[in-house]
Amino acid sequence: MINSILFVVLALLALSSAITAVLAKNLVTSILAAGFVSLLASVIYLLLSAPDVAMTEAAIGSGLSTIIFFYVLNKVRRSGRHD
Amino acid sequence: MNFGSLALGLGFLLILIGFWGLLTQKNLIKIVIGFSVVDTGVHIIMVGIGYLQGRTAPILDAALMQRTAAAGNQAGASADVGSLIVDPVPQALVLTAIVIGLGITALLLAYVVRLHEQRQSLDISSYEDLKW
Repeated sequence: MINSILFVVLALLALSSAITAVLAKNLVTSILAAGFVSLLASVIYLLLSAPDVAMTEAAIGSGLSTIIFFYVLNKVRRSGRHD
Repeated sequence: MNFGSLALGLGFLLILIGFWGLLTQKNLIKIVIGFSVVDTGVHIIMVGIGYLQGRTAPILDAALMQRTAAAGNQAGASADVGSLIVDPVPQALVLTAIVIGLGITALLLAYVVRLHEQRQSLDISSYEDLKW
């Protein structure tokens, strides 16, 4: 029962932060919201009894891809400033 | 409440939201973010398909062997481990797909950097070379 409530809460949070990621005007907000969707998805994998997928999603989907997004954002902003 | 069907619904809604972002946003980085949301939704659907209610993770450790022995004693015969665990095949597929998704995201972002080097713009409307 507790698990069901947790699942529904996580699903609603994931949906709202996905909408934030799509709609936010600020790129940093958008990237962080997309990373948060991945983090919530990794907890959902744990509830779906897939702990290995949860670990991979938390490390790669949530950590590494957010880092790549911020790296590209930094590169794009810096090249925009110089030229 | 079945987690499997809930996961299917959540994944489908995430795919819809991601495609909405993919099609309506003008910023190139926002388009890549929409793609990554679609990717997450597809992964949740794939894990949700393999999920079976009331079963445990497909990791063969001592606790699972104890549960198997207990189930065998209850049935009066030797129980099968396969009747206690969820399907591991979609999970293995998703594990690969997560890493491939990271590769595709990195490739798309590399395109974004190259395009920005040429035109100094992240707006999709300023790239009209293939538009007719």
